[in-house]
Amino acid sequence: MYQFSGKLKTFSLALILVGLVGIAYSFYSAPKTVEEAKEIIAHQAAHGDNHATSHEETKVDAHKNEAHVGDESHNTTEAHHDAVKDAHVVADAHGEHHDDAHAEHVLHQLKNKPWSALYVSLFFFLGITLLVLAFYAIQRVAQAGWSILLFRVMEAITANIVPTSIVMLIVVISAVMHWNHMFPWMAEGTFDPTSPNYDSIIDGKSWWMNVPGWAIRSIIYLAIWNAYRWFIRKNSIKEDTANDNNKTYKLSYNVSVGFIFLFMISESLMSWDWIMGLDPHWFSTLFAWYVLASLLVSALTVIAFVTIYLRSKGALPAVNDSHIHDLAKYMFGFSVFWTYLWFAQFMLIWYADIPEETTYFAMRFNEYNLPFLAMVVMNFVFPVLLLLNSDFKSVPWFVFIGGIVILAGHYIDIFVMVMPGTVGAQWSFGIPEISSLLFFLGVFIYATFNSFAKANPIPKGNPFLGESEHYHYYNIEHRGESSGDHH
Amino acid sequence: MESSKVIHAFYNDDEVLMDAVKAVKAEHLHIEEVFCPFPVHGLDKAMGLAPTRLAITAFFYGITGLSFAIWMTNYMMIQDWPQDIGGKPNFSWWTNMPAFVPIMFELTVFFAAHLMVITFYMRSRIWPFKEAENPDPRTTDDHFLMEIPVNNNEAEITALLAKTGAVEINVVDKH
Repeated sequence: MYQFSGKLKTFSLALILVGLVGIAYSFYSAPKTVEEAKEIIAHQAAHGDNHATSHEETKVDAHKNEAHVGDESHNTTEAHHDAVKDAHVVADAHGEHHDDAHAEHVLHQLKNKPWSALYVSLFFFLGITLLVLAFYAIQRVAQAGWSILLFRVMEAITANIVPTSIVMLIVVISAVMHWNHMFPWMAEGTFDPTSPNYDSIIDGKSWWMNVPGWAIRSIIYLAIWNAYRWFIRKNSIKEDTANDNNKTYKLSYNVSVGFIFLFMISESLMSWDWIMGLDPHWFSTLFAWYVLASLLVSALTVIAFVTIYLRSKGALPAVNDSHIHDLAKYMFGFSVFWTYLWFAQFMLIWYADIPEETTYFAMRFNEYNLPFLAMVVMNFVFPVLLLLNSDFKSVPWFVFIGGIVILAGHYIDIFVMVMPGTVGAQWSFGIPEISSLLFFLGVFIYATFNSFAKANPIPKGNPFLGESEHYHYYNIEHRGESSGDHH
Repeated sequence: MESSKVIHAFYNDDEVLMDAVKAVKAEHLHIEEVFCPFPVHGLDKAMGLAPTRLAITAFFYGITGLSFAIWMTNYMMIQDWPQDIGGKPNFSWWTNMPAFVPIMFELTVFFAAHLMVITFYMRSRIWPFKEAENPDPRTTDDHFLMEIPVNNNEAEITALLAKTGAVEINVVDKH
């Protein structure tokens, strides 16, 4: 049995505590009134930082788009106007003077900042945990022979689904209660034709985008995932001692088949509700796959990290370099898969350049240029070059370096998905973002290793266990092994 | 004086063959060649063959293909005749880069795949109308054959091979 070391426990609790303090501070220091927001704007202008220039760019871009559609049809232009309303407000205000409308707009963005910082990390960790769960279900359904030794690692990681779901539930409740304003379509008057806030485009989507529906769906997603996690963990431990002609194993198999079906549906809907809803005027058909790919590659990296750590502590003696090699292959393959989807989404929108779609990327290109482009390098170029070599993939140190860059890259990916819709140009990476990361990292470490210590590290009852213990990818030499050991 | 005689030992099971190869290697005898009807896992390692460098060549062929695609799209679309085609920005290669990615990808794969295959053919000396080199037709069906050159130690090798479970041992003159 693995012992959750006191050192690691203290470390994770310290992370949680530091994170909590930082999160509390970021909520406390967010501006509460228009006056405070004005002060911050004045401060920014005085410093002459790049916000001003990037606003000019947005303005130019928005106007270019406008001219572009102008002669085609009035309808499109109007739709487009709605779509770039945000950009116009910001741009016009900067072009002329800092009027009250602008200050209010900035105030909303600044108020969103601590919420968004929390949300990015929350979604990152919740998503990773969820995809570890899905990957685990896939391994069961595929009857994979190599990964059985990693089952307890994956199960331990999925323990994190409980605390992250609770925080997500809090965020969902706060959104419903209007404590946060991350989702623009939840603003008052959006669906009311008599209101100045009325938005006909969003109103057209109100059959899906309405607060009760959204909240109920959110709770259903969380319920499905937590229910499967709870069941499969219980049943997996039961397998160890079941000795019932694999009946327990087969039940796990059948439930996992059902879960994968429900997961694919709930993952798609979840990414529309929780991420695409942040930009309610924009839509993309492959978005759910894109979110899935981003989370899946991060999940595989996390499995590799926890496996490498536990192996170095001697908790997984049967895990060999071939298992690490397989995980690294998955990390490599799904990095490319992520890039494929990222590019497919970007290029189709760039190529056709339909204004209602393009604003999404225009915003990201103008205001988030560095993170937007850096993540492509971090999530594609770096892993491809580092993990292409078969020998490198079995060296834990290389997998670790590649994995750190992949995880950072996919954090940025989520950041660039969330932030433009909530805080727009007011983004930064500071105390709110870092403390949220630390908080969820601490929760993750605590949940994972606490759970790992509670069960036998080897799933003894699994019929494929022997295969997994003797797993050997043909062309790599395990450390401490000579070529004579090959067979 | 190089001998022109070789010993052909036949086996009818890949497991037996693997053990025989290890036994021969343990005696520090040189194995000239092993003929198999299908790939035997681990045979190359047991024989001590150097790993293939085919993947490395493929990587460089891929880079060649990528470079070719970049040069070609840049020359044709940007340098030679930069037309306005449907409003695509042809001011520089970068501004129109996303449109070139599909061809860049495909040419990278095309070069890597085809040139690697051709490299394989050349290094393995395989081509149409090439005369087959198998010493015994049974090696393409259900027999494995190990070929060991003889250097005045014919009896010694034969005795060793007989112990390894060879079903047939022939001494032949190599032409």
